[in-house]
Amino acid sequence: MNLSVNIAGVEFKNPVTVASGTFGSGAEYGDFVDLSKLGAVTTKGVANIPWAGNPTPRIAETYGGMMNAVGLQNPGIDVFCKRDIPFLQQQNASIIVNVCGKSEKDYVEVVERLADEDVALLEINVSCPNVKEGGIAFGQDPKALEQITKAVKAKAKQPIVMKLSPNVTDITEMARAAEAGGADALSLINTLTGMKIDIHRRSFAVANKTGGVSGPAIKPIAVRMVYQVANAVKLPLIGMGGIMNYEDAIEFMMAGATMVSVGTANFHNPCVTLEIIEGMKKFMEEKGIEDINEIIGCVK
Amino acid sequence: MSGVKMTAKVRSQEKLASDIYSLVLHAPEIATASKPGQFVSLYSKNGANLLPRPISICEFDTENGTVRLVYRVVGKGTDEFSKLKEGDKIDVMGPLGNGFTLKDKKAILIGGGIGIPPMVELAKWLDCEKSIVLGFRDETFLLDDLEPSGEVYIASEDGKHGVQGNVLDAIREYEIEGDIIYACGPTPMLRAIKEYAIANGIEAQISMEEKMACGIGACLACVCKSKDVDHHTNVNNKRICKDGPVFDAQEVEF
Ligand SMILES: Cc1cc2nc3c(=O)[nH]c(=O)nc-3n(C[C@H](O)[C@H](O)[C@H](O)COP(=O)(O)OP(=O)(O)OC[C@H]3O[C@@H](n4cnc5c(N)ncnc54)[C@H](O)[C@@H]3O)c2cc1C
Ligand SMILES: Cc1cc2nc3c(=O)[nH]c(=O)nc-3n(C[C@H](O)[C@H](O)[C@H](O)COP(=O)(O)O)c2cc1C
Ligand code: FES
Repeated sequence: MNLSVNIAGVEFKNPVTVASGTFGSGAEYGDFVDLSKLGAVTTKGVANIPWAGNPTPRIAETYGGMMNAVGLQNPGIDVFCKRDIPFLQQQNASIIVNVCGKSEKDYVEVVERLADEDVALLEINVSCPNVKEGGIAFGQDPKALEQITKAVKAKAKQPIVMKLSPNVTDITEMARAAEAGGADALSLINTLTGMKIDIHRRSFAVANKTGGVSGPAIKPIAVRMVYQVANAVKLPLIGMGGIMNYEDAIEFMMAGATMVSVGTANFHNPCVTLEIIEGMKKFMEEKGIEDINEIIGCVK
Repeated sequence: MSGVKMTAKVRSQEKLASDIYSLVLHAPEIATASKPGQFVSLYSKNGANLLPRPISICEFDTENGTVRLVYRVVGKGTDEFSKLKEGDKIDVMGPLGNGFTLKDKKAILIGGGIGIPPMVELAKWLDCEKSIVLGFRDETFLLDDLEPSGEVYIASEDGKHGVQGNVLDAIREYEIEGDIIYACGPTPMLRAIKEYAIANGIEAQISMEEKMACGIGACLACVCKSKDVDHHTNVNNKRICKDGPVFDAQEVEF
């Protein structure tokens, strides 16, 4: 039985990784999960310098999911390279680094800093506000997205995965822009912007007023977007959004994803990723699937 | 180590006051690893409520392998937990967080409302001179559990029990003295205690609260501001679930 998949020439032992920001750099979840058993560990967004993030409350539970406005708190690329990469290497984990920034220069700085590191893929989070363009996210404007993709691609030593924001009218337009900019792969979806009001306190549930909604509540939207993008571009996809079990993971793959990321589900069950991998194997056995690659995009 | 996640069997459930419940779980792996001031994450069976509920460990019994939780029903999760009966099962992860650092100094233990439960185990562990100061809204609870461990002083908002006012009013009224404060309760109470501790030049360990998602230090949902740059986050933020919930009052800003 073959579970290994390939993204832009990089081989992963299975298609299951974790969604950036839900797993830290793996150290805490390492107590529950053998990190070497995952297809890869995708780390929390890291910027060129440390970011303090947003005020609290940063999260709120929503029906079948949650909303977060952590604000991309991160220790900065120096600490990340000194502490987190060596830790993950020691665990024999394959590493996907999620990168964030407020300007083209920020992103490029991080990517250049990672040039000599043993990292499988770079995932570029373009849901961050572009400070120069008045705060609209890079991922919400096709021109800005193509431009940032080009700039990152020009300096990156590893294949780049552009992580698409679902907060757009037409996700395929963004996918094409990233493809035109030279992306090696795409990942989707990031969180959907939402709002929750505490009616007793007459205030917003998270201090930032709005937050990104994740978890099973957003899954049908994510599957639809993965399907649309799979049919709009030639690039391999990493699919995510509400995956709770192996059935969900298979669903994303059938819609067109080569790999899947598990995010919010880790909060509900810290061992869920390994259970998903085991479930996939069982599913393949039952259905007589020899190679997991057979099912990628099989539903047309 | 971030504790273990397991399915625990309910040993008993008891109603202590109008909306306050006491739940005893059989969870030997958690009981044997616990320290006073740590907490557990409880998981709802309803898939719509995905996030774990952090609840302080009120007491643990290593011999019987049990952990006792005392909680107030405030929403969907705690309402579900209050309906658990002996023999039912529930998913729980723990022990989580750091717990109190026990010092051999004349102690004042302060619990406000639903911050009282962790004081029960702490009071048993502190082998020194100690006063226990409790603040209630109206109804009292856990008095029988605390009285064997030390002198108990009470404040209540309506004045029906003890001093009318808050825990600091009780400390002043009864002229309670100590060299260290251990406290858990609502943020305004903790803020007042921090001020009091600074004014009196004594140490205060306070247990903080924030909305949590992972409960183990990975997601950065539950931070509080710290005076110095934190070694892990590399910014002025500490994770309440991992670096706390207990902090030296002077190292955090809130
Ligand atoms: C370290 C720690 C220890 C705690 N110990 C106790 C205890 O011993 N006894 C007790 O009664 N309560 C305790 N709390 C508060 C308890 O976690 C909340 O009352 C509980 O999560 C409410 O869940 P719910 O589903 O009933 O409420 P809902 O309002 O339906 O919950 C919705 C979401 O908000 C979160 N939430 C709501 N209130 C709080 C809160 N005050 N703090 C953190 N998250 C919250 C819930 O976990 C859930 O994710 C503690 C909190 C923390 C952080
Ligand atoms: C607490 C939290 C933090 C997140 N942080 C990041 C981040 O740093 N970078 C990023 O690209 N996405 C981040 N995300 C988005 C997730 O990676 C993922 O795209 C989204 O949550 C959908 O997947 P899920 O429903 O499985 O969680 C975060 C999500 C959550 C819930
Ligand atoms: S709840 Fe995730 S870091 Fe504390």
